[in-house]
Amino acid sequence: MSETLSITMTVNGRRRTVDVEVHHTLLDVLRDDLQLTGTKECCLVGECGACTVMLNGRTVDSCLVLAVEADGGEITTVEGLSQGGDLSALQRAFLEKGAVQCGFCTPGQLISAHALLKENPHPSVPEIQEALAGNLCRCACYEQLTDAVLAAAEEQGK
Amino acid sequence: MRGFSYERPARLAEAVALLQEKGPEASVLAGGTDLIIRLRDGTLTPAVVVDIKRVEELRPGIREERDRLVIGATTVMTDIAAHPLVRRQFSALAEAAAVVGAVQIRNRATLAGNLCNASPAADTAPPLLVYGAELVIEGPGGTRRLSLDDFFVRSGVTTLQRGELVTAVELPMRKRRMGSVHLRRTRRRGHDLASVTLCCGVDAAGVTRLAYGSVGRRPLLRQDETGVLADREAREASRSALLEQMFAQASPSQKSMRAGPDYRLAMLRVLGWRALQTAIDRLKQG
Repeated sequence: MSETLSITMTVNGRRRTVDVEVHHTLLDVLRDDLQLTGTKECCLVGECGACTVMLNGRTVDSCLVLAVEADGGEITTVEGLSQGGDLSALQRAFLEKGAVQCGFCTPGQLISAHALLKENPHPSVPEIQEALAGNLCRCACYEQLTDAVLAAAEEQGK
Repeated sequence: MRGFSYERPARLAEAVALLQEKGPEASVLAGGTDLIIRLRDGTLTPAVVVDIKRVEELRPGIREERDRLVIGATTVMTDIAAHPLVRRQFSALAEAAAVVGAVQIRNRATLAGNLCNASPAADTAPPLLVYGAELVIEGPGGTRRLSLDDFFVRSGVTTLQRGELVTAVELPMRKRRMGSVHLRRTRRRGHDLASVTLCCGVDAAGVTRLAYGSVGRRPLLRQDETGVLADREAREASRSALLEQMFAQASPSQKSMRAGPDYRLAMLRVLGWRALQTAIDRLKQG
């Protein structure tokens, strides 16, 4: 049995209407229907954070959200972070601080860090660690990730 | 994930009618942080998934109503943990909500979902039991209220009947001051479920309430009205004996991968003592 529904979402500022299978997740639809493959699929149980996106201003594991639940919603993926083709201050800080190794967790880490800085422009180290606790890094760049978020916060504060 | 049909009722009566009609064929979708995992791994194969997030009467929110705090069923952990009144009056609930999963999970996971899943490890259950929470349940027969202690049966099983939905959790505003705290033991913060989850509340009349989970089939609530547990001057042997009685029904699973039963029982005692001390301190600090 499969059922489809037409949904409309604003993805990275662009209105998109898609016919989706009701049992497909937001992750499936972003990657397979909208070809936004920056968002990664990994654990599929909401533990690793590789599929993190923002939905209506808050981070979610897109593997645990049905696409139909996002109907009418506003979504930001890693593809939506750069401005006019230029990397954001946060993205540059990730590169400068060596927070990107294999890169697989990076899109999720960036979204979690982006959401943190929107809400709390000057986070402390424990606040950064708490905000990124749902994003695992197999290369163990945890120190560099924290440094990158601190550097981005400083850059934004200038 | 196996296919299903998807319904998103706009009114509570529609949701109840759907659940009544479909019975065990339907799964309720609130935050989805447990449900979608189970849909994907095939342990649940409903014919229909009923998304209750667009039900007008079930909009998330926390409000004060006469002598109670009413938390809407679809209110997520992030909002519970941050709410000023919850933090002030029911601080252990704010503490518990703040340690459920990681940010992404707390942004989605709902209070009613945490309870209706009836996981013995549900972190919000111990504080809600200590605070004497009541569930507001809507069903084909109308509205009823049920003490949370009468809701849990065993892992995954509650006393919710066919067609019924939890619409809110109500916390009575305390007439007596209470110091309370939530503590948990987990292998890794931000991901793992609790190996032990526990809440202790001590009130100004010397009554100690202790609730704990992840050490048996369901979260348990125990109460000491003798005043001895709450009294730091009382003989330690008496207090230990009372605490032992409160933990007498703990029987952790032999099979869990998360922590062995001996470890859980040992940690239950450690956390129990710590929580008792902290609750007394907080009561004194006011």
